[in-house]
Amino acid sequence: MKTLSRIYNGIIFAFLYAPILVLIVFSFNDSKSRVVWNGFSLRWYEELFRDEEILSALGVTLSVAIIATIVSTVIGTLAAIGIRSVNRRLGRVLLAVNNFPMVNPEIVTGIALMLLFVFIYRTTGLLQPGYATLLLSHITFCIPYVVLQVMPKLRQANPHLYEAAVDLGCPPVSAFFKVMVPEILPGIITGALMAFTMSLDDFVISLFTSGASSQNLSVTIYAMVKRRVTPEINALSTLMFGAVLILLVLINILQIHSEPSRKGGKSK
Amino acid sequence: MHTKEIISLKDITVSFDGEKVLDGLNLNISDGEFVTLLGPSGCGKTTTLRIIGGFVFPDSGNVFFDGKDMADLPAHKRQVNTIFQRYALFPHLNVEDNVAFGMRVQRKDKAEIRETVDHMLKLVNLVGFNKRRIDTLSGGQQQRVAIARALANNPRVLLLDEPLAALDLKLRKDMQVELKNIQKSLGITFIYVTHDQEEALSMSDTVVVMDNGKIQQIGTPQDIYNEPQNAFVADFIGESNILDGIMHEDYLVEFFGRKFRCLDAGFDKKEPVDVVIRPEDIDIVPADKGDLTGTVTAVTFKGVHFETIVDFKGFKWMIQTTDYYPVDSVIGIVLNPEDIHIMKKSEYSGEFGDYSSYSEEFDEMANPEIDLTEDAAEAET
Repeated sequence: MKTLSRIYNGIIFAFLYAPILVLIVFSFNDSKSRVVWNGFSLRWYEELFRDEEILSALGVTLSVAIIATIVSTVIGTLAAIGIRSVNRRLGRVLLAVNNFPMVNPEIVTGIALMLLFVFIYRTTGLLQPGYATLLLSHITFCIPYVVLQVMPKLRQANPHLYEAAVDLGCPPVSAFFKVMVPEILPGIITGALMAFTMSLDDFVISLFTSGASSQNLSVTIYAMVKRRVTPEINALSTLMFGAVLILLVLINILQIHSEPSRKGGKSK
Repeated sequence: MHTKEIISLKDITVSFDGEKVLDGLNLNISDGEFVTLLGPSGCGKTTTLRIIGGFVFPDSGNVFFDGKDMADLPAHKRQVNTIFQRYALFPHLNVEDNVAFGMRVQRKDKAEIRETVDHMLKLVNLVGFNKRRIDTLSGGQQQRVAIARALANNPRVLLLDEPLAALDLKLRKDMQVELKNIQKSLGITFIYVTHDQEEALSMSDTVVVMDNGKIQQIGTPQDIYNEPQNAFVADFIGESNILDGIMHEDYLVEFFGRKFRCLDAGFDKKEPVDVVIRPEDIDIVPADKGDLTGTVTAVTFKGVHFETIVDFKGFKWMIQTTDYYPVDSVIGIVLNPEDIHIMKKSEYSGEFGDYSSYSEEFDEMANPEIDLTEDAAEAET
């Protein structure tokens, strides 16, 4: 039984990771071939970093991810506080509204955003599809993840903490930053990391909302693959895989780290 | 005795979701006084405290501090500090930073802050705890940090919202004494909210008994205990037998078909009244020598005394006696004029003071309180 379960596990991991492993291995292959191993080389990484198109796409991806993370973290945190402070029934409705985009098929979100941007552009001349629309759509789909991470921290926080700070002479806004923010900080950080990962990772929504002028990495790769598949793409994919992996590990460590304090909070 | 007023509540009315929580409340609090707001949960005592603290704004009515209307003064600008029910210490700060919080907000200089922190920690017996994390402290120690943090701000008035509710009995009693000592030595006004009558009686200069958003009685602990104004107060503070009576003339009341001398006057002729007789004031005598005779139906040993339930013509009384009378024995009782207290009829008449359903009521009440009440009352007199 035990060996059977081990074999089963082995097969699952093989299916999950074999393609990625092949991709990583061949990103170091000293040949254009995707079948024959010609020896170790970093030439595809070198070529990758000489490719203007990819570098500019990388720039777009990173800047969109960073700005979208910051903006969506601020908006998401404020939204979570708002949802927490209204009455329970309305709060539940708002939370459902927040959660819906996460289960909504990405292609629907992508097309919907595209139609909206096109409509705005046609009627007002503002928001020509490009960097701004890409950024706005990334902010949009990142917010729910931040809300979802901050919400439980707010629920655990002692509601009297804020009042205690005000009572000791802190003006309301400063009381919020001095007392409530440290309380919910783990949630804010996890939310921000999650938003960053989601933004780096996104392809479908970006495909519909980025104009020709500014495309992010995933959209650029998609376009490149249509023309020619070079091992450069292997190298690039390996780097992206590595980056997202590191972020996911970070998020997990943070969540495990904040677990004991969660239990402690409940027992009080 | 009465110095100047520091806080004055005028005609305060508050509703939450259409339900009246406070109904035309008037209260004056003198500077340096230890005032307790006492009442069952939902009586509006915590709301009253939060109005003074600035966390609840009344629908109508005014709050005056030193004669000035506080209507537009937000909580962070008021010269009052609060000790919250569950302490609400800042978990990301250590003991010292918690205590220094208020002073740092006011940008006091560092040397002064350090000095005040040390002074406060000494006051609450936590010397050397400066760098300890909050979650390493026991409940009692957290309570002390909360007191130090509030007092470090040098408030004119300290508001305490059931501060001892989370502590065990022994610790609670120690902290009662300590709080009272702190209040005396600093000479600032304490406004203390509790549902624990024993706490209220043993610590306060003035007790404010509340129910249903209204003040039922304001007085010294002795007044409240000895001269309750209605059946609610008589029942809530200590144990009481409350009977229907008729006031024939000044100093003469009739109940159970007999006339008794009493010390109360100022009622109309033949006015129906509530008669309160405290269980510990009743003297038991042989049946043939008693003013009234009854049959013992239940006896509970309470340590200091026996709690004896006696049936007088279908109305059951509680009598506290140091002598043991077995169930079914017939006894007589003698009532002296000073044992009888007369109250005007109120909305609470008939609701309290009959021990016929004693067994259930017994479960509801925290047993120790019955004994403690008396200790406290004796200590005060």
